Order: sequence, then structure tokens, then C-alpha cells
Amino acid sequence: MRNPQLNADGQLQHLLTLEGLPPEVIGRILDTAVPFVSIAERDVKKVPLLRGKTVFNLFFENSTRTRTTFEIAAKRLSADVINLNIGVSSTTKGETLLDTIDNLVAMNADMFIVRHGQSGAPHLIAQHLSAANRAHIHVVNAGDGRHGHPTQGLLDLFTIRHYKRDFRELTVAIVGDVLHSRVARSLIHGLTTLGTAEVRVIGPQTLLPTAVESMGVRVFHDMREGLAGCDVVVMLRLQNERMKGSLLPSAGEFFKHYGLTVEKLKLAKPDAIVMHPGPMNRGVEIDSAVADGRHSVILPQVTFGIAVRMAVMSILAGN
Amino acid sequence: MTDAALPDAEVTLGLLADKMRGAVAFDAKLVGIHSGGAWLAERLAQMLPGEHPLGSIDVSFYRDDYAQKGLRAKLATTTLPFEVEGSHIILVDDVLYTGRSVRAAINEIFDYGRPQSIELAVLIDRGGRELPIEAKYVGARLAVARDLSIALQRRPDGNLELSLEPAGSAAGA
Repeated sequence: MRNPQLNADGQLQHLLTLEGLPPEVIGRILDTAVPFVSIAERDVKKVPLLRGKTVFNLFFENSTRTRTTFEIAAKRLSADVINLNIGVSSTTKGETLLDTIDNLVAMNADMFIVRHGQSGAPHLIAQHLSAANRAHIHVVNAGDGRHGHPTQGLLDLFTIRHYKRDFRELTVAIVGDVLHSRVARSLIHGLTTLGTAEVRVIGPQTLLPTAVESMGVRVFHDMREGLAGCDVVVMLRLQNERMKGSLLPSAGEFFKHYGLTVEKLKLAKPDAIVMHPGPMNRGVEIDSAVADGRHSVILPQVTFGIAVRMAVMSILAGN
Repeated sequence: MTDAALPDAEVTLGLLADKMRGAVAFDAKLVGIHSGGAWLAERLAQMLPGEHPLGSIDVSFYRDDYAQKGLRAKLATTTLPFEVEGSHIILVDDVLYTGRSVRAAINEIFDYGRPQSIELAVLIDRGGRELPIEAKYVGARLAVARDLSIALQRRPDGNLELSLEPAGSAAGA
């Protein structure tokens, strides 16, 4: 079966996951994002590529930051953007997901940016559009359940390539709550697809997926061992609700073992970069001295994220 | 390989520079359209009297055929490292054909500011205009069959060279 993200010509039709996406497609998105970075520095921060197109931000789960970056990206491409926080509107009135989509299609939508608590929801929407002969409408996954967050993965890859160039020479460590992190999943798929020399995951057994090794990563439970010689350290957000169950004793305990401090970071390479998808819990997974320190590229990630999302939308809308 | 029907690019560049010398403002900015126009702008900056800051434009984000053809795979970053507002700009391209690239480039320049003037200099004018656009400075005029496109290459030694290719194979003009 054909990759549901690609059309008959092998071009990107939807962006649903980085898993199984050919390296050329990922590489093209990263290359295309480069000229979009400088648009933010112009007098007129806009290009006319998506002029006259209507982009719907469909957020069935709250995320101000992700929604905002997609909104800025679409507006800088001159699209009209409609934000819908569905969690608090139609579904509470009993409308199904696909009925909501059909209604928006009737309003001549050109692209859906979908954030949903259920893994596979964007995929379901893409299938529904194909079945209804609406394949010209594009779907971008903006985070679905524990499954994936492909544009976050792409902006992480863009950031790594910007500072470190060749993935084949890099050791990248992803630290913390990998189990619940769609960001980690997308990034691991992207890194292995691009031939990264070594991808490590560091965390307690309770916060790593079972058989995580099958994704092509090396597993470390000791953070000091895992950080040794790394070029890139990606810290994951520890979601507060995880603390309530039996997975973790306490935030303080977690920080002691898996929090990134200046002292632990010294074990990585001297020119290592530190990344975080945000929002950060200072003092839980990362110390302020690291988050604001010279190794941190956390704010450039945000800037690059807009360029990467502009690249994704303009490749999709042109295919 | 140089095509017999095509003029020599270096000689034509000399002719173009002769026409521009004395006619362009001493502080005019030379903005080349990626990629051939950018190479020509670099060379012209050395050949013309005065100080000519360089810029380059990749018009991909402003092309009118995006809806038909989508976004090209290899993009360059537009760089206009000077104040566009109030400046004299010479737009430089290798081949003037339909005029659509020039239209796109003018639109892009205006998103950086309001220039005092924009003039157009091209190495080859092959006719076939689809928009009301003409070049002020032309190296050579040439008639070429519709199914061919003229491409400018830069050899490793820095010299420029023209060739004919089947239309649609290269970026096109």
C-alpha cells in the first residue's frame, strides 16, 4: 500500500508522521525552510504563496504555543487562518469529528492543521477526505495522542542541522519522559531516517516505552553515562500529571536523577547544544542556568519552528 | 559545450557592460535573479565604475505558476543587504522571455521597501513577452524556438557560458 502521506507521484500530500517518510522528503522540507527563516527580518513579513487559501487550525486539545506558531506561519504565507478550539465547542454538542470536517469542507477549507488527544485522528481525517474525493485538501498533524508531532520533529531536525550540519557524525541524547512524548517519537524517527550516528534515550524504566530499542536507539538509565560525548541533548517536558501516578516518586527526585544541570552537561561535548520543545519546567527537567546558558538553543528552536511550518504548508499546498 | 547558434556569454557580458557604463547611477544596487542573474550582477559590479552593492533574489515565493507547478525543490535565500527604501536598483537577469520572473522580482523588492527606481538589465532578450516588461540594457537579442530554453552556466574558472536545453528541464526564464 502507498504511504498515505504521499500522492501518486510520490509528492507530499499530507504530513501525518515522520515514520516511513523517505529521507529525500524530509531533506526537502528542511532545505525549503532555510529561505523562509529570513522572511521574519523583512519590512513586510509575508510572501504571497497561500494567498486566497483558507487554513483551519483544528485544536481538539489545547496548545496555545503550537496553535500560535501555525497561525503565524500560515499568515506569513498570506493564508486566511481560522482557529477552532473544538474541545469546547461542537463536540460537546455531540457532533462527530468527521461531521465537523465535512462542515468545514463545505466552507471551502484548503488545509487542516489538526491537534487531537487521540492517536491517529489526523490520519482518519486524511482518509476521510480521500474517500470523499477531497484529496486536494491537505492535513497537517499538529500532535496526536502519544503518536507523533511531525512538525516539532522537523524543527528539531532543522535546529540540529543548523548548528551541527552532518547527522551521520552526531550523537544525540533524548532525556526524560519518552513514554508519553510524541515529540520524542517523531524526533527518533527523523534522526534514524537521516542516518544519525547514534541516538540515545535516557530515562527511568517507567518512563521509557517497552522495546524502545527496536526504534534504533541506545537506552541509558544513568544520565551521566548517557550524556558522555553527546553533540546534542534534547530535554523533554515532564508533564505534571505523570507525577500523580506510580511512575515517579516526586519532581525533586526526578530532577536529582534526570534534570539537566551545568555540572552534568559538562559530560557532553564542549560545544554541545541543548534543546527543549517547551514549555519548560525549570527545576524539574532542566536547571535555569542551562536553559538560559550558552549551550541552549531553545529560543532559536521557536524561530525555526515558524520557518519549518511555512515550508511544510507551502510544499503541501503546491502539490 | 557551447552551442553554435548562441553568442559567447563573456563577449555578450562585455557588450552589456558597455551599454550600462555611464548610464547607471554610481551608487545603483545590482540585484541578480537567482542563479544566472546573480552571477552576472557580481561580474557587472566589477566592470562598472562606482560602488555597486550586490543583492540576489530567488523569486520562487512570488511566482505566478505556484498553483500549477508547486514549489521548486532547490531554493536560494533572497538577500538584499542594503536599504531598499529610496535606492536605485538595477535588476539583472540572464534571459528575458515571458517577463514573469521580472514581475515576481519587482513584487518581492517592494516587500523590502519602496525603491526610488528599478531598471532592468539582461544578457539575452529572446522575445516572447507575456507581460508589459522591457529591459533598459540588453547584451544581445536572439530568436529561439519555443521548445528550447537558454541556460547560463558558471564554469569552475568563473567564466560564464550559454547553452540550449529542452524547455522545462531547467528553472527557465
